[in-house]
Amino acid sequence: MMLSAHDLFAILPELLVIFAACAVLVLDPITPSSRKDGLAWLSLGTMAVCMGLTAARFGSPTTAFGGLVVIDNYSCFWKLLLYFVTGLTILLSFSYLKEERICLGEYYGFILLALSGMMVMVSGADLLTIYLGTELMSLSLYVMAGLKRAEAKSLEASAKYFVLGAFSSGILLYGISLLYGSAGSTQLPAIATAIAGRSLDDPLLLFATILIAVGFSFKLAVVPFHMWTPDVYQGAPTSVTAFMAVASKAASFGAFMRVFVEGLGGVRANWSLLFLLLCIGTLILGNIVALVQTNVKRMLAYSSIAHAGYALIGVVAAGRLAPAEASAAVSSVMLYIALYAFMTFGAFTIIAMLRKGGLEGDEIEDFSGLAKRHPFAALLMLVFMVSLAGIPPTAGFIGKFYVFMSAVQAGLTWLAVLALVFAAISAYFYLRLVMVMYMREPEAVSALSPRFVSTPALSIVLACAIAGVVFFGLYPDPIVNLATQAALSLK
Amino acid sequence: MQSGGFPWLTLLILLPLAGAAALFFVKETSVRMVALGVSVADLLLSLPLWWLFDGASSRMQFAEDVTWITSPPIHYHLGLDGISLPLVLMTTVLMPLCVAISWRSIETRVSSFMAMLLIMEGAMIGVFAALDFVLFYVFWEAMLIPMYLLIGVWGGPNRLYAAIKFFLYTLAGSILLLVAILALYFQGGHTFDIVQLSQQAYAPRLQFWLFLAFFAAFAVKVPMFPFHTWLPDAHVEAPTAGSVILASVLLKMGTYGFLRFSLPMLPDASKDFAPMIVVLSIIAIVYGAYMALAQADLKKLIAYSSVSHMGFVTLGLFMFNQQGIEGAVMQMVNHGITTGGLFLCVGVIYERTHSRQIADNVGLTKPMPQYATLLVIFSLSSLGLPGTNSFVGEFLVLAGTFLWSKIAAALASLGIILAAAYMLWMVQRVAFGVPSPHHLPKLTDLNRREMATLVPLVVLVFWIGLFPNPILSRMHASVTNVIARATHGPQESPTSTGQISPVVEPVPAAQTVQSTEAARP
Repeated sequence: MMLSAHDLFAILPELLVIFAACAVLVLDPITPSSRKDGLAWLSLGTMAVCMGLTAARFGSPTTAFGGLVVIDNYSCFWKLLLYFVTGLTILLSFSYLKEERICLGEYYGFILLALSGMMVMVSGADLLTIYLGTELMSLSLYVMAGLKRAEAKSLEASAKYFVLGAFSSGILLYGISLLYGSAGSTQLPAIATAIAGRSLDDPLLLFATILIAVGFSFKLAVVPFHMWTPDVYQGAPTSVTAFMAVASKAASFGAFMRVFVEGLGGVRANWSLLFLLLCIGTLILGNIVALVQTNVKRMLAYSSIAHAGYALIGVVAAGRLAPAEASAAVSSVMLYIALYAFMTFGAFTIIAMLRKGGLEGDEIEDFSGLAKRHPFAALLMLVFMVSLAGIPPTAGFIGKFYVFMSAVQAGLTWLAVLALVFAAISAYFYLRLVMVMYMREPEAVSALSPRFVSTPALSIVLACAIAGVVFFGLYPDPIVNLATQAALSLK
Repeated sequence: MQSGGFPWLTLLILLPLAGAAALFFVKETSVRMVALGVSVADLLLSLPLWWLFDGASSRMQFAEDVTWITSPPIHYHLGLDGISLPLVLMTTVLMPLCVAISWRSIETRVSSFMAMLLIMEGAMIGVFAALDFVLFYVFWEAMLIPMYLLIGVWGGPNRLYAAIKFFLYTLAGSILLLVAILALYFQGGHTFDIVQLSQQAYAPRLQFWLFLAFFAAFAVKVPMFPFHTWLPDAHVEAPTAGSVILASVLLKMGTYGFLRFSLPMLPDASKDFAPMIVVLSIIAIVYGAYMALAQADLKKLIAYSSVSHMGFVTLGLFMFNQQGIEGAVMQMVNHGITTGGLFLCVGVIYERTHSRQIADNVGLTKPMPQYATLLVIFSLSSLGLPGTNSFVGEFLVLAGTFLWSKIAAALASLGIILAAAYMLWMVQRVAFGVPSPHHLPKLTDLNRREMATLVPLVVLVFWIGLFPNPILSRMHASVTNVIARATHGPQESPTSTGQISPVVEPVPAAQTVQSTEAARP
């Protein structure tokens, strides 16, 4: 295979991001610490350029490297979301790193490397390409989770994440090799052709499907493969947590749906049953365990587990519907994750801004009386919580609406009812935070009482998040159309 | 059903919402005036609808229809018929009173409080005016958070419990509604339009499940008998304005839901379930009244009387006859006025004695003669004295029930007798007892603001009580339309391709300006 200009041009955004990552890593030691902000600006500029490149690519799909990489509307949608989230992460990290005294230039390098891995994941049309992307993302995230080197919790998070992540990668790889043995290819279209008409009971294929599903379930933090999530989310620096909760989840869903809908569409009956079981477990456990959390980051970790469960409903529906109708279900998942990105990122930003002494104020108690001390921040958190609970007129409701709609369309009305029951239960823990903010008196002021950091960069992050939650809650048409269009390219 | 003409309803909804947003930029001292101004402006804006409305037509008037979401087709579709018009007006009348009664009693975070009230107003009008099921659901749910905050932030000592109980109860009820809406979409010709969905016939089995799902949402909101336990808690803990909104408007949304969705869309299931609803309604009427007898807390007493009175509404709705349903709609409006008035009265006395216990507020006639007079008027209205508004509604409901079953009517009348007992007993103690000298110095009679808050409702009590016809004549055609749907099934059965038959009536020759405009393509 020859490396052609066409191929390189197709992956130009990926190349740019990797180049920027290398540049950050090289420039970091020779940049005086007073000017490290420049590295963040460099990363941010890269995001802007990539966003332009990918947006221009939207609508004119192409493949590169003999079909290893495909740049279609589907991957463009995820990439745009990933750039956006990465941009927000960089802005958030700006002040957060200073507060936490993590003055490491390589931080931005790792973010960009993780991003490039995610981009490869959503663009990969070959199982090995996707695996490569997954590893690049995961390895960067393992390091980032442990960046608060002075804190034992952060190191624990990193170690735990690494061990379980490596384990799950192994399972994924094993599944890929079995599938290669069964289908004779690692390219998704070739696999789809090879397994078309294959019996659902084909043992090798079944085993491969399960192993690949398990591998992805680790990355998506789906019950029972979620164990790492609460500890990692709590221990990691909050900016990294936000990045993981949103970007890595989005990329994993992107790759995951392409593998299953496009590559393993022939055995959809198998995997849709499997994901149905995982989805029910995730909804139940995520929402119930979140009820008893006292730490906000931990609560949001369980909340993110639960949200993966809601998104999975769409995946199950995609497996149940006829191939021609499945793209609506796929688009509902894309929409759900995109809207989830705004509210979750907003919530984590508020947590990152709340400081207690030199530490983070991430216990629920620290939010006591926030509405009195910082009415505006409390109002924003209120909106994020309401949106996470899925109550209109917020983006969270729109996401749930479309997912449930595809469930009802696929004849899974009972699943929609079950999911909504757990949505009502989840409202309790989201509202408990609201209750603490609005209905408790603030603690007496002392040196250790929570204060709020506010910088222009953080304000931009919050403005983007709240604008997304409110605007798409009131007028979801643009993003719905984008997701619908993008989902069509998944066959 | 084309949009056109002046966007009355959009303005009615947007004005309070814009007002709520504006309150954040207003000085703390003038917040109350601005909130009052906005709510009064909304009232003035709504008044012309009363005269512009064409009572001869059952069509949706003042209609506005804009595509909101293209796929699936969800429309920003608003309109009023003779059923929703009185409810919208009731809402706009009550809101300025809610602002006025909170003038002195709310002292912390006044601007947020007023903003919540105005957001509630916009959402409540939206619920009554929405003609798209998803839009309806959005307004319906959007109200939960402001109400939760009204109770939880400005409520009484046990407010946290009451607020979350209110929230979870109503949320749990309405989630099934969302699934039912989605199921209707796939079974009802891929539309969310309420008018179109009401034109179609659904399989009995589907109707059965949909009815139960609707029932879960609406029965909690009404609240009907076994689902009522959130109401006394919420009422007792809510601030006065919150109680008024809750009792006068929020509860009506449940019965409005039955009338707008259950009866016309699911006529067969409604008929099958009617006996159950009738039994639950009669239990609510008698049980609510019985509980009210035993209450020592004024707000709790009125809360239980609400359960009883709302029982009359649900009873009337499921009679499937003109008297019953018109009586139910009348009773919805009347309950809003009378119970709103009673809660305002409790608020007034609470500001003085800081107690809602009957025992602490005894013998008010001497120190507060004007107050006692108004309290007696609202109490008499609540027990359905002829000449007051509630008499009209309850009489019609009972007349309708009598046609359906004499025993049911006799049992329901028990509620009226019990209402006389608990109301008069309350009045006897609160108005005519021997006052405790402890409270006397604090008991000053109504000031001008309070007088202005209560008198409009007194006027409405007598106006509706003596001249119910203006309201009845406006709802007549719409109620006939609902009954036609609920008893004869669809006028045109849907074709096999699932196409949707056009809107009910051909346009009559004589039309008011709005209807003609609305009909113009």
